[in-house]
Amino acid sequence: MTQPSEHESRGDWLHRDAKYADPSTRKGHVGLLAADGSPASSYRAGRTLPLRVELVRQLKRRRTQVTFALVALLPVILWIAFSLTSDEGPGTSVNLVDLAKGSGTNFAVFALFATAGFLLVVVVALFFGDTVASEASWSSLRYLLAAPVPRARLLRQKAIVAGLLSFTALLLLPVVALVVGTLAYGTGDLVSPTGESLGYWAAAGRALLGGVYVAVNLLWVAGLALLLSVSTDAPLGAVGGAVMTSIVSQILDQITALEDLRNYLPTHYANAWSDLLASRIDWGDMTRGAFGSITWAAVLFALAAWRFHRKDVTS
Amino acid sequence: MLGTAAVATVALLVLTPGTAAAATSTNATIGSTPTPVPTSADIRTSDQRIDVRGGPGVPGTVSLDTTLYLPETTPAPAVLVAHGFGGNKRSVDTDARQLADRGYVVLTWSARGFGASGGQIALDSPDHEVADAEQLVDWLGGRPEVQQDGPGDPRVGVTGGSYGGALSLLLAGYDRRVDALAPVITWNDLSQALFPNAGGPTDLPEDTPARGTFGGDGVFKRGWAGVFFSSGSSSTGGAAGATGATDDSTGSTNGAAPTDGSDTSDTTGDDGSAAGSDTGSSDTGSDANGSSDDTSSGSNGSDGTTTSTNDLASALGARTGGGLPASAVPPAAPPVTCGRFTAEVCAAYTEAATTGRLSPATEALLRRSSPVSVTDRITAPTLIVQGEQDTLFGLDQADANARQIAAHGTPVKLAWYAGGHDGAAAGQAVRDQIGEWFDFHLRGTGEDPGTSFSYEVESGIRAGRTTTTSRTVVADAYPGLSGAAPVTTQALPLTGQPQVVANPAGGNPAAITSLPGLGGALGSLGSRLSAFTADLPGQSALFAGPALTAQTDVAGAPRLDVTVSRMPGQPAADEAVLFAKTYEVGQDGLRQLLGNAVAPVRVAVPTDGSPARVSITLPGVVAPIEVGNRLVVSISTTDQGFASPAEPAVWRIGLAEGAALAVPVVPGRAVTTSTVPVWPLVGIGVVLLLSLVGWLVAKALRRRREVPPAGAADAPPLEISGLAKTYKGGFSAVKEVSFTVQPGMVLGLLGPNGAGKTTVLRMLMGLISPTSGSIRAFGEPVGPGAPVLARIGAFVEGPGFLPHLSGADNLRLYWAATGRPTEEAHLEEALEVAGLGESVHRRVGTYSQGMRQRLAIAQAMLGLPELLVLDEPTNGLDPPQIHAMRELLRRYAEGGRTVLVSSHLLAEVEQTCTHVVVMHHGRVVADGTVDDIIAGGGAASFGVDVPERAVEVLAALDGVRDVAAEGRLVHAELNGTPRASAVQALVAAGISVESAGPRRRLEDAFLQLVGEDTAP
Repeated sequence: MTQPSEHESRGDWLHRDAKYADPSTRKGHVGLLAADGSPASSYRAGRTLPLRVELVRQLKRRRTQVTFALVALLPVILWIAFSLTSDEGPGTSVNLVDLAKGSGTNFAVFALFATAGFLLVVVVALFFGDTVASEASWSSLRYLLAAPVPRARLLRQKAIVAGLLSFTALLLLPVVALVVGTLAYGTGDLVSPTGESLGYWAAAGRALLGGVYVAVNLLWVAGLALLLSVSTDAPLGAVGGAVMTSIVSQILDQITALEDLRNYLPTHYANAWSDLLASRIDWGDMTRGAFGSITWAAVLFALAAWRFHRKDVTS
Repeated sequence: MLGTAAVATVALLVLTPGTAAAATSTNATIGSTPTPVPTSADIRTSDQRIDVRGGPGVPGTVSLDTTLYLPETTPAPAVLVAHGFGGNKRSVDTDARQLADRGYVVLTWSARGFGASGGQIALDSPDHEVADAEQLVDWLGGRPEVQQDGPGDPRVGVTGGSYGGALSLLLAGYDRRVDALAPVITWNDLSQALFPNAGGPTDLPEDTPARGTFGGDGVFKRGWAGVFFSSGSSSTGGAAGATGATDDSTGSTNGAAPTDGSDTSDTTGDDGSAAGSDTGSSDTGSDANGSSDDTSSGSNGSDGTTTSTNDLASALGARTGGGLPASAVPPAAPPVTCGRFTAEVCAAYTEAATTGRLSPATEALLRRSSPVSVTDRITAPTLIVQGEQDTLFGLDQADANARQIAAHGTPVKLAWYAGGHDGAAAGQAVRDQIGEWFDFHLRGTGEDPGTSFSYEVESGIRAGRTTTTSRTVVADAYPGLSGAAPVTTQALPLTGQPQVVANPAGGNPAAITSLPGLGGALGSLGSRLSAFTADLPGQSALFAGPALTAQTDVAGAPRLDVTVSRMPGQPAADEAVLFAKTYEVGQDGLRQLLGNAVAPVRVAVPTDGSPARVSITLPGVVAPIEVGNRLVVSISTTDQGFASPAEPAVWRIGLAEGAALAVPVVPGRAVTTSTVPVWPLVGIGVVLLLSLVGWLVAKALRRRREVPPAGAADAPPLEISGLAKTYKGGFSAVKEVSFTVQPGMVLGLLGPNGAGKTTVLRMLMGLISPTSGSIRAFGEPVGPGAPVLARIGAFVEGPGFLPHLSGADNLRLYWAATGRPTEEAHLEEALEVAGLGESVHRRVGTYSQGMRQRLAIAQAMLGLPELLVLDEPTNGLDPPQIHAMRELLRRYAEGGRTVLVSSHLLAEVEQTCTHVVVMHHGRVVADGTVDDIIAGGGAASFGVDVPERAVEVLAALDGVRDVAAEGRLVHAELNGTPRASAVQALVAAGISVESAGPRRRLEDAFLQLVGEDTAP
């Protein structure tokens, strides 16, 4: 422990204050700081904010953990809900819930049907909308930028990590649903809403492929959420804005009077993955849906990058 | 989130019940709810009344209310669109417009007895309705807008649903000028449709999938017949009538269209000629002359036809020759119960409804109104569309039409869609199919639709509106038709002991299987009702098939041979009336009546007690049967929809020897474009390519812009020149700021709040871009993301940490984010600086303001940056910590590094810094060493033993003023006089001077610099 007394020559105020020094703030190795450190020659812009680091930063967040837990628990909750409902007895016509109880693959498909319109949108909007805005709200964004992490790189790395997390969550749901459904309802054939049957393994593959399509289809949500994320310091605003837009798009899609205009709505082909549940897959709507979503996403991501590049970070 | 997910799920399911029928759309994108289809505004329409001959038993002429739709370009082929029973010409407006949009001249009309047309309903009688249509063809033959094949022979197609469909077939049979036709959900033999008998001999050929038995002397379908008849008898002349939900489409013919009966008596009192003149006066009058011309041209046209072909002439002759007996001419006052029906039809219905049996006269009348009488004469290519949910005109009717027409080499194409009189009207997919049929066969454009067979498989699963629940399967040909291979059947061995069933006296209570005439969504109520009421105890014999091991799509009418015998000592009639139906029974016991349909059987049973063997054709259906489910055939004694015998009877019903349920299966390919559409795919490629190019270009631009000019080795750590920042909105936070920081300095950036200090530091960190001017650090320009920032450690505007991580983790991850090696971080020393002790492993969210402050300063020192920038570093620190901080900063600078501290506290800067830059209102107002700034005004303090004397001495000196004593200190403004001279003067005056120096009051200097603005 080095007392600062040998440096009191600057003024007697130093000496006076020394006796109040809190032990925890004493600087034992202050002298070391004076030693010459190597200049920052080792800095490389391309090495800043490695994906691993950003992944750790995000994975340690309660938000991420809760989201994953919810996505993983949802099939279990569905299963419990199904077990609680009493059978209506023979006679009524079959609905989707009855269908879901048919087999593990049907259950997984139902879980995807039930979540694709809203829950998974929220998940994607959360991971992308929160990523920059929350840093801004914690003020940690400016320290990352001053590190310096180049802005384009910061956005890219964050988008990649958010994409990884979203994609994992989107695939986790059908996988868990498949496991839960198989344990609860067995490995029977998948019966699609159009009445076609598919073998278990083929159907399991289709369910996962459905998850992949949903992921591609939600790219536009990712782009919008990221754009909002760099535009606001309020994470909730970014997430909520993206989710709201999705809901508005879904509502507009209900208005048949809009006719062909609806084809340009990003949510128009959201359920096109159900075409996968046939022995012969109709790729038409899925291709159109992917095209629309990727186009929207490209525009929105470009806007996000452009905006973030020019933005004055004042938070 | 859990809650919202559950809500979403519930919403998905709540949507389903009311839309069960809507969900059965033929196409995912176009629901069966009639959506307004865009038609171009270029279609011109004109209403006109066309007078036609009344026909046998109807004196004078009948005035028909017609509408002509003209496409953009004429002449063009024409299409007659006939409406369904209970409708009028307006019911088919959408179909007409769509066809006109495709380029056809379309003529619609209200059939006689319907809408604003005159006359009475003669049930598509060849002498009346069919003759009317022929005269309409004549009329088209005289129109210049219509493409003509010859004199008086227009290029014409005909289509219509149900009543209109039968008219299409009959017209094509009687009038050779028809070039193509597309009848929809209609009958082949009305006597079989209304008096079906599905039981017959066991040698019925197995060729087509839905071949009906068509045994004679059937069971009266009283439910439908009543609906059919009542909708005709309440039909009025009001053009606004017929407002059924599905009336605007081809399939809108379920006869249940409610009509307002306000002027029923008026129109029923009219005979043909009276109605003609009556409604003629109510016409818009635009075409009054035209209508008389039309009549004459019509008669000319009919002359033309009689001379054109002998066949047709003989056909006409045969019709008139075999026409109505004179006794059938309507009496002067028909009974009110007959409505707008002709007396003949009315009498036939009355007879059937009261006796429940088909008399030869009625059979003859119904036969004449049935396409079966002319199908061997139809040569025009025929597209037959039939509904799979149709207990009025089942698939067997379409099957018979197709077989009979194709037998003479006429091209026939069949399409079954999910709908019909019990379900949804034909959707856009069917309309498109009809349009394409006419395109090829009337205009010769488009692809050849061929003679394939398509059927729609509907799962029956209730799902949300957006979920497709049906698929269409296409086979190359209708099995068994014109040389195609006969239908393949799957034999399912049924099990079940002979069972005894009883017919209750009066045939009541009766099973309820369907609700005729409700159609659409309400009709699906019947399917739910039927689950409970389709089989009453004691009335049914059940025979179950095996659980299926592979999914089977039933497409057509299954067949089964059974035996029926009497029970000794039990009542029984000569013949048994039984109702056969097929159920799909799921593994969970869920039971579904296929097609909601029953097949009535009338079979004579030997009185000697021996069994009668009868082959039953079950209702034609399309149903996907899942693996594990089984088919169960039920044979019961009652059904609400049919007239079952009133006498009590007991029958013993068993499976015939070696009998199995023959289930027709039509293999085909699902209609999916399993090829990926090209343009969206190309689009995806283009978008991805553009994104890649954009990204590469942006990257290249950035790299070129960011090539850092190597700074000179001896460049100052910080050089700011001409810096200015104007925020959006015009506020100038910083103007013309220039200063330079040299190595080893501890520079204080001093200024009141709002002076622009933080803005300068933000620009220094590359967070915001300067409006003008430049910042150079170590010779390199500073901007957003500039590499030189790595040599600057900063703490600006408070700490910024991830609250969910510990202090140590925060620092570790922050350093990891810089991408530099861990050993350069000097993390231990930094943590030492933070001095958080064990708290360093707690979440930052739990830290106090001071702890975060220290952690943030430690973060700024990570990697021992050559320039350390601290903004208000002592905020929130207690005095000992402040003291230690000062010490730290001084030591840091001693190593040749540079420290820039901003503060609004004078004492802070005075005590910490070697140099100071004073800012005010965004400008630098002073720059120099702390001592210089303080001493700049020349104020000095002297420690003396006799202050009073000293004051006198100093005041006496030349130029010195503002002399004042404060304890043992004397302050004076020397105003240029050297301090040494003042000391000398004091000593000379005998005063002992203990100390002499500049007066330590930066505050004074500061106030002086910034002017009165900061004065309280």
